Amino acid sequence: MRVLRVRIMPPLTVDETLPTVLSEVRRVQSDIKDGLQAQGFGERDMFHVELAMEEALVNAMKHGNQLDEDKLVLLKYTITPDVFEVRIEDQGSGFNPDDVPDPTMPENLERACGRGLYMIRSFMNDVTYLGKGNIITMRKVKSPPEEE
Amino acid sequence: MSSQPRRQRLVVEDIGDVTVVNFVDKKILDEQNIQMIGDDLFRLVDELGRRKLLLNFSNVEFMSSAALGKLIRLHQRLTQVQGKLILCNISKTIMEIFVLTKLDKMLKIVKDEATGLNSF
Repeated sequence: MRVLRVRIMPPLTVDETLPTVLSEVRRVQSDIKDGLQAQGFGERDMFHVELAMEEALVNAMKHGNQLDEDKLVLLKYTITPDVFEVRIEDQGSGFNPDDVPDPTMPENLERACGRGLYMIRSFMNDVTYLGKGNIITMRKVKSPPEEE
Repeated sequence: MSSQPRRQRLVVEDIGDVTVVNFVDKKILDEQNIQMIGDDLFRLVDELGRRKLLLNFSNVEFMSSAALGKLIRLHQRLTQVQGKLILCNISKTIMEIFVLTKLDKMLKIVKDEATGLNSF
């Protein structure tokens, strides 16, 4: 008889402080991808999380911390078999997400910027801005296998 | 920001009067990297006078909104000089980004390189 062994990994919680260095974004994405894979997330979900993390972390470092290497980004994420949750806080002056125009409106289509937030909102299940807009929380629920 | 060494990020080939551009990197990310790719693409138009650009994304697995912004600027530049930009071989996942942001309505996207060469 064939015995199927399923290895269940314990939920992963990471709490770390990043310097404002873009290479850190690559390292964090790699760590998160490993964590998602270990919890059985599919390729499409991983792509969406990777994209949202790229946009959110680059926003925090570039627009929030103005690429000032003395400023920090506080990162906390949890990966369970069902959900990925993250909180990212920068040391910038924040912003009002409602001030960012919808990039898909015809009058904005030719604008070269403003798509990052739209992609984050589209690819994650829940997105919230806290504080003065310098904190973002995001949540991605694992998709059922048929949607992968 | 730390400096990155200058390295080849694009493979450029002229087929007739069409300039076919392949990306070396699988991930088009990172402000500085995108800036350099953008500079190389704009150089094709502004310094080398190329007017028909076919960008082949067969090697590209991931790109950020910053890269989309660069493509929009390149499209605008080519339109200004009566040129044309066509994109081809875009993976299903990357196509999702173009459809989501409605850039598939603004940029001409075709299935493969052969179709692209016949679409100018």
